Amino acid sequence: MSLDAVGQVREHLDAVYRSESRRVLATLIRILGDFDLAEEAVQDAFTAATEQWPRDGVPANPRAWLVSTGRFKAVDRLRRRARFDAAVAKLATQLDEQADQLSNRDDEMEDDRLRLIFTCCHPAIAPDAQVAMALREVCGLTTEEIARAYFAAPPTVAQRIVRAKAKIRSDHIPYELPPPSEMGDRLDGVLQVVYLVFTEGYAASSGASLTRVDLCDEAIRLGRLVVELLPDPEAVGLLALMLLQDSRRIARVSAQGELVLLPEQDRSLWNRDRIAEGLLLVERSTSGPTVGAFALQAAIAAVHAESATADATDWSQIVGLYDVLVQADRSPVVELNRAVAVAMLEGPSAGLALIDAIIARGELHDYHLAHAARADLLRRLGRLTDARAAYERALDLTLQDPERRFLAQRLSALPRLATDG
Amino acid sequence: MQYLCLVYVAGAEFDAMSQSELETFQDESMANDDELQRSGHLVMAQALQPAATATTVRVRNGKLSATVGPFAETTEQLAGFVLIEARDLNDAIEVAGRIPMARIGSIEVRTEMDLQQVRDRAAR
Repeated sequence: MSLDAVGQVREHLDAVYRSESRRVLATLIRILGDFDLAEEAVQDAFTAATEQWPRDGVPANPRAWLVSTGRFKAVDRLRRRARFDAAVAKLATQLDEQADQLSNRDDEMEDDRLRLIFTCCHPAIAPDAQVAMALREVCGLTTEEIARAYFAAPPTVAQRIVRAKAKIRSDHIPYELPPPSEMGDRLDGVLQVVYLVFTEGYAASSGASLTRVDLCDEAIRLGRLVVELLPDPEAVGLLALMLLQDSRRIARVSAQGELVLLPEQDRSLWNRDRIAEGLLLVERSTSGPTVGAFALQAAIAAVHAESATADATDWSQIVGLYDVLVQADRSPVVELNRAVAVAMLEGPSAGLALIDAIIARGELHDYHLAHAARADLLRRLGRLTDARAAYERALDLTLQDPERRFLAQRLSALPRLATDG
Repeated sequence: MQYLCLVYVAGAEFDAMSQSELETFQDESMANDDELQRSGHLVMAQALQPAATATTVRVRNGKLSATVGPFAETTEQLAGFVLIEARDLNDAIEVAGRIPMARIGSIEVRTEMDLQQVRDRAAR
């Protein structure tokens, strides 16, 4: 194979890693019945692909190749470990023998990720561990990235994940979709996880690119599967929310890869099919006697989707929806978003007072968006020195490159004045 | 990201081992290093001479002093280290858990410091 062709295979392999490694992991967890062994097997399979694909060419079905290679490598690994541990030897033999009965059907493999999410959200596992484990295993986020998203120290998050995996092992929690009667118990956790997969794709927490389309599409696909399994209003609300946010995906990033905020977006780029489907689902999710947090957020996204221009936005309706949402979900991030909406309705000083109060409570103290929002309101009030300090604080806390460039650009665009206006 | 797995073992644990037990442990440790090499985790692994053979070096007011023995007398002493490249902290913990010495001693996992922010601050 020529050097060019080898380069192409390498690039292809990188793309396969990004799109397939988590799917392959989910399937190997089902086959091997062990999270850690499966994770090693995925790494081994990709190492083997790096050696073999440039030489032999890319297999017709890369996913199936990776799953079967991963399984072989796991058996090899167990055999080597068996020199010191007899129990391991037995497991290796069992795995080898069941090889013929295994299903590698694509539809079954598609379900593996949902199976994995439901397993992570088993009620025997502590709620904070459920989400951390699912983000790591399903989206491939690192422990450090999850810690960042949750304002927690990496060793704390790592310990939760270690305990959750030990619990799955010790309680023999089956790796399967629960019967419909038990699905409801796990729904909250599952919806949280699906939404976090989406938000990680929509606003990647670190790295070179603004969005990871693969994660957004996967989250929407999973959202549809959950609605099919259990048509709960919150599941419908979540799907609506993801579709409406996703409708703005293209408008949110400029041709140069820079972040474009909602008021400056070219609304003709919004995906009308996504909006139409989202609006119908908002109707469905808000028609019942109680309305949940996802349905409320979807209703807020719907107000934006329905305004022809940024100036035409019905901010009083949005603030009204946030007032209800704050009751349903007392998270400081929701309060921050409400404060930004209040600033649009009543002016920057009203919004600033709310944000300062949230930061003063110690919450969101290290959250870059709180400082970015604060900087923007200070700028609009003409308090340029304070705005500069707030942009710098936000910049210090942001790991994602396009967001950093956006903040740096806002910072350099501030008029240089000796005194505050 | 790189993680350093520091292997701490009490001297008494070693003293209690028979020669054949000790040899099995050594074989197992070598096999584990090979396994880490194969999985792409291994940067460097090294066992160390007992802590009693340590020299502790300090420079104070420009003067170098070298004292015999470890800098702190504790029951568990540093017996070796494994420097690894891992996907994240949980991956590193997984690797640490397979170090044979983890069964008789303790492995302290330390994350490399990210110097990017320090460089950014210096550049700004």
